[in-house]
Amino acid sequence: MRANTWAGRNKVEVRDVPDPKILNSRDAIVRITSTAICGSDLHLVDGYVPTMQDGDVLGHEFMGEVIEVGSGVPGDRLRVGDRVVVPFPISCGACAACAAELYSCCENTNPNAGIAEKMFGHPVAGIFGYSHLTGGFAGGQAQYARVPFADVGPLKIEADLTDEQVLFLSDILPTGYMGAEMCDIQPSDVVAVWGAGPVGQFAMDSARVLGAAKVIAIDKEPYRLRMAEQAGHVPVNFDEVDVRSRLLELTGGRGPDKCIDAVGLEATHGSAHIGAYDRIKQAVRSETERPHALRQAIMSCRSGGVVSVIGVYGGFLDKFPAGAWMNRSLTLRTGQCHVQRYMKPLLGRIERGELDPTRIITHTLPLDEAARGFDIFKNKQDDCEKIVLKP
Amino acid sequence: MDLVATTTIRKPASEVYTFWRDLQNLPTFMAHLEQIRTTGDRTSHWTAAAPFGKDVEWDAEITEETPGERIAWRSTGHADVPNTGTVRFVPAPDGVSTEVHVSLVYDIPGGAVGKAVAKYFGEEPHQQLDDDLRRLKQVLETGEVVRSDGAPWGKRARKEFPQRPAQPLSDAELEKGADA
Ligand SMILES: [Zn+2]
Ligand SMILES: [Zn+2]
Repeated sequence: MRANTWAGRNKVEVRDVPDPKILNSRDAIVRITSTAICGSDLHLVDGYVPTMQDGDVLGHEFMGEVIEVGSGVPGDRLRVGDRVVVPFPISCGACAACAAELYSCCENTNPNAGIAEKMFGHPVAGIFGYSHLTGGFAGGQAQYARVPFADVGPLKIEADLTDEQVLFLSDILPTGYMGAEMCDIQPSDVVAVWGAGPVGQFAMDSARVLGAAKVIAIDKEPYRLRMAEQAGHVPVNFDEVDVRSRLLELTGGRGPDKCIDAVGLEATHGSAHIGAYDRIKQAVRSETERPHALRQAIMSCRSGGVVSVIGVYGGFLDKFPAGAWMNRSLTLRTGQCHVQRYMKPLLGRIERGELDPTRIITHTLPLDEAARGFDIFKNKQDDCEKIVLKP
Repeated sequence: MDLVATTTIRKPASEVYTFWRDLQNLPTFMAHLEQIRTTGDRTSHWTAAAPFGKDVEWDAEITEETPGERIAWRSTGHADVPNTGTVRFVPAPDGVSTEVHVSLVYDIPGGAVGKAVAKYFGEEPHQQLDDDLRRLKQVLETGEVVRSDGAPWGKRARKEFPQRPAQPLSDAELEKGADA
C-alpha cells in the first residue's frame, strides 16, 4: 500500500510499504477513505518529539471502512463493511484509566511504556503514527491501517454524513471541545483562546455551544482570525496589539474568565527576549518547549479563573509563572484528549447542526501529495487551515 | 542481584494468584523465560533463553504458598543461575484491583556463564522486570500481550527502546519473527 512516512527531520515521503495485518485478536483493518494532517504531526516532523524512525507511517486522524476484524472483536460491536471514525488514542477499555474514561492515559496500549515513563513519570496510551514514545503504531496517512482494540475505540457512522463532517471526531473536534469543557463555562463567561488553528477554532465553537457570553480568538495570521470572526468570535491579532491590554479592554479590566491554550509547544510569539531565550534553550535541548502562550494565558486570566491547556507539550518547560498561578487562585486543567468519551455526544451535535466541522477545511489533496500538504500547512501558505488527504 | 517491581491489575487477587500459580503461564509475559514445565505439585523445570546459544535451565520448587496471597519459590540442585523469588498479591484500596509485588534474587556466578548472564540481563534489569509486569497486566486485563508495528513480537521484543520502524510487516518479516 501507499503510506506517508517520516524520512528524517523535516522530511516526509509517500512510499510503498507492506499492507497491515492482524497482530492481536481485537485488531481490525480499515481501508482509509479520508485522513488529515494535524498540527502535532509538525512537531514529529520538526524533530521536537524524539524517537521517530525512518519509515514510520504518520497520521492519527483517519476514518474508513472495516475490511477485516480479528477473532476477538464481537460482531455486535464491529463488522466488515462498517464505516468508522478511529480515535487517535489506542485504549484497551479494561484498565483503571479506561474505567475512569481517561482513555488517553490507558495503561495497556503502549508497548514502549518504559521510555514514556522516563519522559512523563507514568506511561500514556499508544497513539497512531505518533513516535515510538507512544508505542510505535503505524499511522493512518495510508491506504490501510491496523486498528488495535477495535471493539473499544472506533465510532460507527450510520447516519448519512460526509467524511468531512465526521473525520475530525478522530482528534481535533473532541480536543477543542474538551478544552472548553475543562473551563466549566458559565453563561456570563468571556473565554479567550490562544491559537486559531483547527483545534483553537473548535475550542471557540465549543465554548459558544457550552454557553459562553463572548469568545476571543488570539493569533497573528489574518486569515485564521478572519475564519474565527466569520464564526462569530472576537479576533485579537498579537502582531498588532498588546494582548494583555486588549484582553483587559474587552473584559472591563477583569481579564478573561477562562483561557484556553490551543497552541502548545509551537508558540512563536511574545516579547522578543523571552522568545529568544526559549529558542536558544530549545535549540540546545535543555528545554523542550516554547511555552509563551501558556505564560500569557496565566498572566491574563482573571483571578479565580481557569486556564485549560490542550496545546501539545512534550517535555519540560521553565519560566512557568507559578506565582500568578498560586497567588491568584487559578485552576490549571489539561489533558491529551480522551476522544472516546466525546465521539458519540459530538456526533449528535454535528447531526443536530450545532457544530459544523467542515468550516475549517481549506485543502483536499490526494495522499500522494502529502509532502506538499505538509509544506503548505507548515508554512501557512495559501491561507491553509486544515488539509484532508484522500488515499 | 536483587530486583523488585510492582504493578496494579484490575482483577481480583484470587484470579491473579490462580494465573501465576500455574507457573506455565509465566513465559507468556516474562521476556527471558522460554518455558516452565511443572513436574510435580510444587516442583517445576525452568528454561530461559541465553545469549550464547545454550539455554539456561534449572529445577525449582515452591517453598511457600498462601492461596490468593503469596507464592515463594527457589531453584534447586545445580542451577546455572541460582535464584529465588516471591510474589505477593495484595488487594488494592479501590476494592477491585490487586497490587502485585514481585521480588527476585539472582546469584550471578563468575566465569563465562556468569558474564554472559550478566550481559543478558542488560544494563536495565529493573526495566526488564517492570516490562514483564506490564505484559502480565496486559494479559490479565486485555487477554493478550499488546503488539505495535514497532514492537510486533510482543514479549519477545526484549529490548523495548530500539523498536523497528512503525510500519506494517512484510510477509517475510512475519515469517522470520523476533530473532530476525
Ligand atoms: Zn491531531
Ligand atoms: Zn486501558
